[in-house]
Amino acid sequence: MQASARPVVNVNLKPTGIVNTSRETVAPTSMRMKVSKVNFFYGAKQTLFDINMGIANNHVTALIGPSGCGKSTLLRTFNRMHETVSNARLEGEILLDGQNILSQDVTQLRRRVGMVFQRPNPFPKSIFENVAYGPKINGSSLPIAEIVEKSLRRAALWDEVKDHLHKSAYELSGGQQQRLCIARGLAVEPEVLLLDEPCSALDPISTAKIEELLVQLKDSCTIAIVTHNMQQAARVSDFTAFLLVGQLVEFSPTPQLFTTPGDPRTEAYITGRFG
Amino acid sequence: MTARLRWRKFVSGLMLTMTGVCALVAVSVLFFILGYLVYHGGTSINWDFFTKLPTPVGESGGGMANAILGSAKLLFLASVFGVPIGFFGGVYLSEFSGHKVAFVVRYAADLLNGVPSIVIGIFAYALVVLPFKHFSTLAGAFALGLMMIPITLRSTEEFLLAVPRALREGSMALGASKWTTIARVVVPAAYRGIMTAILLALARVAGETAPLLFTAFGNRYWSPGLNQPTASLPVVIYNYAISPYDDWHRQAWAAGLVLLALILMVNIIARVILSRGVAVPR
Repeated sequence: MQASARPVVNVNLKPTGIVNTSRETVAPTSMRMKVSKVNFFYGAKQTLFDINMGIANNHVTALIGPSGCGKSTLLRTFNRMHETVSNARLEGEILLDGQNILSQDVTQLRRRVGMVFQRPNPFPKSIFENVAYGPKINGSSLPIAEIVEKSLRRAALWDEVKDHLHKSAYELSGGQQQRLCIARGLAVEPEVLLLDEPCSALDPISTAKIEELLVQLKDSCTIAIVTHNMQQAARVSDFTAFLLVGQLVEFSPTPQLFTTPGDPRTEAYITGRFG
Repeated sequence: MTARLRWRKFVSGLMLTMTGVCALVAVSVLFFILGYLVYHGGTSINWDFFTKLPTPVGESGGGMANAILGSAKLLFLASVFGVPIGFFGGVYLSEFSGHKVAFVVRYAADLLNGVPSIVIGIFAYALVVLPFKHFSTLAGAFALGLMMIPITLRSTEEFLLAVPRALREGSMALGASKWTTIARVVVPAAYRGIMTAILLALARVAGETAPLLFTAFGNRYWSPGLNQPTASLPVVIYNYAISPYDDWHRQAWAAGLVLLALILMVNIIARVILSRGVAVPR
């Protein structure tokens, strides 16, 4: 990570003078996505409270917090995956390049904002067909084989699978399956890639590979990652948002959040006093 | 204490023997039937049996070509009618309906599955035979197709529901619509299970006699087209078995053997489909 390449940020360390605890700390011009006043409900139960934050362009933004804090829920609103749950309700505004995603066509939106899930979920098809799925259903100007190779290369999986592209995806290891899912997501050329605890089902070596991959990918893609692993957030991300029981406690550049947290609750969490 | 232990060992041995014998009886019934059919009908099976029409009473020889073709036509048409309705109904139930609708449809399908086949036959008679004023292949296929609907519908629903949610989300996260996801990910993932269920439904109705008695009726000759009464294996077996002629009895045994062999074959094919290839995990 190049610290010098980070945009200038305006950090408000103290909650004084601000009505709610969540603060906007990233200069607006560098943000690809902007979340404002987001409240989220499952039925009558509110799980996110007035979230305001941004996802910085060509950077990695991590969402951390203890289990049940709403970090996955928040991530899933970024490409409206929350709508697959029948009683979910979202209030507020989420902008992608200045356009409200809630008023856009959802399939178009998800082509631009891809997602990788907690457990590898390759389709019961061949490796090739898994990657080709997105370009095929969305239509593509380039030959499919070319897109498949390019995507597998970007996901650092090409060398391992190039000789058996037509084998079932289930013959790959868990780590390879997860990189296949990343390749599948990259094949539709998303502008933003969301990852929901992508390494929680993987061993340390596979985890290291995926972390390395994320750092490479941010040159061509904006990334948001949910993780329960603070070390992982520290290693891969440029900005970190800390959530607690549905509230955004702190949103700062990663080194700052981990060295000089602005909120005592953040400090308590990152020093391991709870969570 | 030793007497008590001996008693317990005796009871244990007795129960083991009893359950084992019951299991043995259950499997041996199939082999007994098969052996009985081969013993009585095996000698009547020859090339003529598959290629010739029945001969008039008193004349030996002849075959059941018309009944075999009739059964094939009936089953094909029944599938064309019953499978799509069952399949798409199952898709609706699993993917689109709310809990209440699903409950009602599921319950109705289970009840339909339990309707006696003779009642299905009467229904088809009233609905298809009476208006057209004669028995037909179409009416028989309609009755058999009705019986295939609930089996296909329920198993399609169950196999689709077993497809993990993660696969649907993976597809939708790539910008696929719900329909695209169902058509290109969910149904292919459940395809082998659904195929198996359809074959088993087919095997089940292949042996049905009652729904055909007053729909397809029976025919001593070929039945061209779909609008005439047709012979079918189960009905021929019924008619021949209750006849007073030894020759017909032998032919009924042979027809029974052929029918059972066909059904066994379909069953085995279904098992092979189900066991082949990679299953979807979880």
